[in-house]
Amino acid sequence: MRMGMKKRGSVANTIIYIILSVLSVLWILPILWLVITSFRAELGAWTPYILPKEYTINNYTRLFTDTALFNYPRWFMNTLVVAVFSCIITTILNLMTSYTLSRLRFKARKAILNIGLILGMFPGFMAMIAVYFLLKAIGLTQSLVALVLVYSAGAGLSYYIAKGFFDTIPKSLDEAATIDGATQNMVFWKVILPLSKPIVIYSTLMAFMAPWLDFIFVSVIMKDNYNNYTVALGLWQMLTRENIYQYFTQFCAGAVLISIPITLLFIKMQKYYVEGVTAGGVKG
Amino acid sequence: MQYIDYVTLPWYKKIVVRLTKAAKNLGHNFVALISKIGKFLISAFTGIVGGIKYFFSTFWKGDIRTKLSYLFMGSGCLLRGQIVRGLAFLALQMFYIVYMVSFGWGQLKLFPTLGTATKKEIWDEVNQIYLYEQGDNSMLILLFSVLTIAISIVMFYLYFRNIRMAYENQQLLKAGKKLNTIVDDAREFLDKKLHVTFLSLPTLGVIFFTALPLIFMILIAFTNYDKNHQPPGSLFTWVGLENFRNILSGRDVLATTFKGVLAWTIIWAIFATFSNYILGMLLALMINKKGIKFKSMWRTIFVITIAVPQFVTLLLMSRLLDDRGAVNILLGYLGMGPVKFLTDAAIARVTVIVVNIWVGVPYTMLITTGILMNIPAELYESARIDGAGPYKTFTKITLPYMLFVTTPYLITQFVSNINNFNVIFLLSGGNPLALDYYQAGKTDLLVTWLYKLTVNYQDYNLASTIGIMIFVISAAASLIVYNSSSSAKKEGMFQ
Repeated sequence: MRMGMKKRGSVANTIIYIILSVLSVLWILPILWLVITSFRAELGAWTPYILPKEYTINNYTRLFTDTALFNYPRWFMNTLVVAVFSCIITTILNLMTSYTLSRLRFKARKAILNIGLILGMFPGFMAMIAVYFLLKAIGLTQSLVALVLVYSAGAGLSYYIAKGFFDTIPKSLDEAATIDGATQNMVFWKVILPLSKPIVIYSTLMAFMAPWLDFIFVSVIMKDNYNNYTVALGLWQMLTRENIYQYFTQFCAGAVLISIPITLLFIKMQKYYVEGVTAGGVKG
Repeated sequence: MQYIDYVTLPWYKKIVVRLTKAAKNLGHNFVALISKIGKFLISAFTGIVGGIKYFFSTFWKGDIRTKLSYLFMGSGCLLRGQIVRGLAFLALQMFYIVYMVSFGWGQLKLFPTLGTATKKEIWDEVNQIYLYEQGDNSMLILLFSVLTIAISIVMFYLYFRNIRMAYENQQLLKAGKKLNTIVDDAREFLDKKLHVTFLSLPTLGVIFFTALPLIFMILIAFTNYDKNHQPPGSLFTWVGLENFRNILSGRDVLATTFKGVLAWTIIWAIFATFSNYILGMLLALMINKKGIKFKSMWRTIFVITIAVPQFVTLLLMSRLLDDRGAVNILLGYLGMGPVKFLTDAAIARVTVIVVNIWVGVPYTMLITTGILMNIPAELYESARIDGAGPYKTFTKITLPYMLFVTTPYLITQFVSNINNFNVIFLLSGGNPLALDYYQAGKTDLLVTWLYKLTVNYQDYNLASTIGIMIFVISAAASLIVYNSSSSAKKEGMFQ
């Protein structure tokens, strides 16, 4: 009887191993293809065969040397600068908002939560068009400052996950600190924040990654100011009809280069990502 | 009905029971909503009446310094020694007056018509040249009017605060108490009023970059700001509900497009949400099953696909699935004809859903892993003793438990799938194009259609109308799901 159970278990496990292997291949294959294509010597987006005939690292070197039309190093620096600034601002604002809405009690709290919910249900892109007009009216379009502003301004609305996290910290901690004479401000910085490592890291990670991934807002704000493009928008330009033949392999190389740091960062921070989302975003 | 009766029903009757329950709840909650709105209106009305009463009675009861603050904001503070506070109020009032006189009022005056004077050429007899007379610009008038109205509302609020503060100061002094100094104020903003300090910056950001732009765009939906009315060359004006009428009930191509795109958006949102949810959960279950080795390796393989930026993987997929792409070459090796993954309407719709599974399943896997661990082991234990197989265990224990715990997550997923711009835009670009559609393709969602209408065709009025419709759908979906989930809670399955 026990032998039989064990056997059935191992058959089930074998099937699962097979399924997992097949799925892994399916999931990894496109990324593998990206890496291989980035080393392909032949130009063009489509080849009538799968594996390249010749390999080269020219696609990578040309990203940094051939900067007349597509200035990859500059775009990389742009994105880095925007990411660092908007990450700092966003994280601080986001944590302050979530903390306030989660743990402080005041008259307008319910109303603010409801308004946040309602604003979140409009497509984000809709506001973007008007933001462009607004930035134009104050003469800020096509600049990196505008980009930092746009990315950080949303911080007040993305409180959902961090608020959920703060909700789970016992209230007695604040009360104890208050009895000891701490102000609410001190409670936040000295008591709650040290306990909130996962959510701080999660917020920082998300805010830092956003400028690398977004290209819709950038394209609306930057229009044709190539010098201020971010990596995502710049790479996207390589795939327009007139550029794709010449630049497709370079696109792959550029994509690999930004994927490596983000992937490493993500794998390293995976634990915090999961903790952040499950603590904050998913609960009954 | 008892829970035990419900469990023994066949599945189709269960659905009927669920639906009737949800419908009942919906009716009930609808009534609750209406009464809530009614209560809100009543309280708003009494609030206004109370405010007006306070306004006049305070003027009557106030001393000269309080009375003066009706005319000059901040007098009530300034003349009682709160210099900084008083000067701040006064400065705000000055700023507002200067702003309104020099700029704001001029814009507001044009708000009802959105401007009438187009740019004019005038022949100058004396100098023998054409002079250009700067006309109105409807877009800027609308933008600045919204701004002016917002500033005025804030000013109105501050004006009342100023009166209230003046009167409170008067009473405090009368009671022999000391007024707050600037140091006291600062201390209060770090303690009892910390919410004001913490929320002021984020609120400003949201107001200027989300709320005001949204109000502006919502107003655009009631104008004819399309590609034929581009200021300053030609002005646009109010048209009432015409855009909505065109989209909802017109017989022309607009209404056809809207219906088609809307139907596909909803189908897409349902499939995209649930396919990711269930498959991601199954993946998590497989990886976390007892006896499976290399758990973290499996997890990492799938996590890598999250970490590679979405625009890269999706653009790549669109090349791979092209008629001449690598996948079709592979199929060619196997002797199968090219599949029109992205150029045939029906196949393209399946393709985007499948690719979305590729994109989304790793996320769900990560997120559900933690929750799956929290399912009480006794539930599984007793199911096993009762002889339930893996399928039964999944549908009777895992799925209901997960649905119960993750309803909020599902709602946000559904709403964000309605707005899932990236997958459609980067993968298929909304194509294949449809001849019977207005500027949209067969895989276009409402949100990508909105993008095309604004960026490529400058039909801002239609885009705004669609944006409002998206809001209505998202709100309705959230309400319905929330209702049926609250009915699930009342059954008390896991409490």
